[in-house]
Amino acid sequence: MSRRTSSLVITAALAATALAGCTSNSPSGDASGDHAKLSVSSDAKTCDVSSKEAPSGNVVFNVTNKGSQVTEFYLLGEDGLRIVGEVENIAPGLTRDLVVKATPGKYFTACKPGMVGQGIRSAFTVTDSGADLEPSGDDKVLAQNASTGYASYVKDQTEQLLTKTGSFVSLYKAGKDDQARALYADARRHWERVEPVAESFGDLDPKMDLREADLEPKQKWTGWHRIEKDLWPPKTGYTRLTPAQRATVADQLLTDTRTLYNRTRTTTFTADQIANGSKELLGEVATGKVTGEEETWSHTDLWDFQANVDGARVGFENLRPIVQRKDKTLDTSIATKFTALQKLLDQHKKGDGFVLYTELTPAQVKELASGVNALSEPLSKLTSTVTL
Amino acid sequence: MTEDNTTPSQRRGLSRRRMLGLTGTGAAVGAATFAGGLGVGRATADTVPAGGAMRRYPFYAPHQSGIVTPAQDRLHFAAFDVTATTREELVTLLQAWTLAAAEMTQGRPAQAEETSYDAPPADTGEADGLPASGLTLTFGFGPSLFRDAHGKDRFGIAARQPRELAALPHFPGDKLDPSRSDGDLCVQACADDPQVAVHAIRNLSRIAFGSAQIRWAQLGFGRTSSTSTAQATPRNLFGFKDGTANLKAEEAGQADEHVWVGQRDDPAAGWMTGGSYLVARRINMRLETWDRASLREQETIIGRDRPQGAPLSGGTEFTEPDLAAKGRGGVPLIAADSHVRLAHPHTNGGVRMLRRGYNFTDGNDAIGRLDAGLFFLAYVRRPSAQYVPMQMRMARQDAMMEYVQHTGSGLFAIPPGARDGGHIGQTLFA
Repeated sequence: MSRRTSSLVITAALAATALAGCTSNSPSGDASGDHAKLSVSSDAKTCDVSSKEAPSGNVVFNVTNKGSQVTEFYLLGEDGLRIVGEVENIAPGLTRDLVVKATPGKYFTACKPGMVGQGIRSAFTVTDSGADLEPSGDDKVLAQNASTGYASYVKDQTEQLLTKTGSFVSLYKAGKDDQARALYADARRHWERVEPVAESFGDLDPKMDLREADLEPKQKWTGWHRIEKDLWPPKTGYTRLTPAQRATVADQLLTDTRTLYNRTRTTTFTADQIANGSKELLGEVATGKVTGEEETWSHTDLWDFQANVDGARVGFENLRPIVQRKDKTLDTSIATKFTALQKLLDQHKKGDGFVLYTELTPAQVKELASGVNALSEPLSKLTSTVTL
Repeated sequence: MTEDNTTPSQRRGLSRRRMLGLTGTGAAVGAATFAGGLGVGRATADTVPAGGAMRRYPFYAPHQSGIVTPAQDRLHFAAFDVTATTREELVTLLQAWTLAAAEMTQGRPAQAEETSYDAPPADTGEADGLPASGLTLTFGFGPSLFRDAHGKDRFGIAARQPRELAALPHFPGDKLDPSRSDGDLCVQACADDPQVAVHAIRNLSRIAFGSAQIRWAQLGFGRTSSTSTAQATPRNLFGFKDGTANLKAEEAGQADEHVWVGQRDDPAAGWMTGGSYLVARRINMRLETWDRASLREQETIIGRDRPQGAPLSGGTEFTEPDLAAKGRGGVPLIAADSHVRLAHPHTNGGVRMLRRGYNFTDGNDAIGRLDAGLFFLAYVRRPSAQYVPMQMRMARQDAMMEYVQHTGSGLFAIPPGARDGGHIGQTLFA
């Protein structure tokens, strides 16, 4: 369970531009070493760019809004239509960077104070610096492929989740606790693999995955962890749910799972959403799973850990064709560290699953945490790389 | 308030009687400044303009110092369990603390009695030769001082327990460590020199042996709030300016409205008039995961830009956030779940708090993460209206909650200041 419900929503503003190819808020990810940094001053009447040309490679436009309306800045292709890069929602007084990987050619710069109209345009030229730039024409295709690949993964996982949740709640309602306990972690792994997607539906996550510590006073507790506590009850001070109460909680979980299933039939994803999702999954591991805080009663945290890593890896793999073109070093680094982390996890495999979190020694937990950190650092650069 | 040119050795020669005479002068000046309005703004003006280490604040004053006082750079906060069993012992402790605090805040030793060469020195000595460094000592009473866990009236003061001094509710996501929470008494020591703050807590805890013992303590290495318009807004460990919209000492009437308890606030607790309530929360920041978030995500969560702290609706740091401003597609420029929006008085029925928090780090945890964050301190007139609803809303909605975890908590009644010749909490025990 993440305490934030807007993980994918936050990046929604970026979504449109990700497919267009190039936007970033920070002048990093500069593979070629040096880059041109231009300043842009935007107000109601003017859009002053500090130079009319720049050498090919990474070009940074440092855009300051000196007007009184919200502005946007665009780099457009020679046809004046194709958006090479854009930065939007620059409020008065604020400064934001647009980083683009620009190939030689003719362009237009445009400021759009008030976010309406054609914008204040000027011709802009990118000269040939000799930098080795891959043609960016099929980025769009690669991003489309990544979206298709990731969307079918999400569909598949939610489908399996629905099936297994159905079996799980039947066992639980029937009082077959041993069998329900055996299926708990296995069913949940499908949830954990696509957790950021589930969380993007702000209404479902709190109903399905809230931990007891996350409850507000008087809030009704439902979902996986409610059942978890009932299946692995504390020795003292706890009253097991009655069959009727069990049925209510179980039916609610199945209904919510079906809603999630229905909503994910047609979802599409942008490259930055997939990349952010991978980063968030590792964040989930770092804050909840490696500390044993997710599965307080069942201690099946390593199942969730593995599932989060699975989901992050699938996201990365779908994006790999883009990453390989843009930053081979990053690609190798992420891939190597996924392998290393998996090796660490494999040490704790037991049968089809894992040992319980409580069976790990402090040194083993620290080793896992260290593996998560090692992977998370390069993974955090994935979004800016695939969107540049 | 006058500059004390005596050397530490000369000070050692001063008798307790003489010392009291000196502090009497200080108190007179303090009272005079309060008559003119908010004490601390004036007190700043009265202190040596060079500021920094030479700053001195009066201890005897209508309101305790260390609240609207311009936030000093360092903190040592301590909560105590009272081990004394009688009211007399408790009052004796408060009297002894008052005397020591009045001395130390003026840059003098905690206890100035001359002691035999064969006796341990009365003061622990590590602040000898150091100036007052703006030291303030602020004392408070926890709910457990009034009633123990079984509801028993410990010191004959249960009937005077303020309505507002009720344990805080559980907030979503709390992971409170009992050994870092609550307490019968608290002392907030703030100074511009950490050695001076630590010296104060050390000597107060020494004086307390037999009557009270430290339950938990927290060091803060850098202020994260400004309580005066003369101060620049510092940054928290997320790298952002914090508390830009904080209540400032110079804002006329605001402290009376939002910080100080009024005469008619609580008939059972008239002794709190001129006092306040302190909410203390140890907020761990998940710095490792925060550092992996894009600047876009970080700024969206905070609702301000990182370079200058301007609201994302535009302007500069002190521009009022425009919560209605919309960007492309009608999306609010300041996100619905951003910290700025949720903490803003508009979202909270107009209530404000005086925040006085500090950055802290206590090394690392068992898995190699920095054990660091914000030690949140806020002074309010009515915690039930000014803190609880806001924190409940933030715990539920604030996107920042993904990166923080509350690990310690305390609520304390801060009595009014002691008058010269009296002691802290005298109105409670009168």
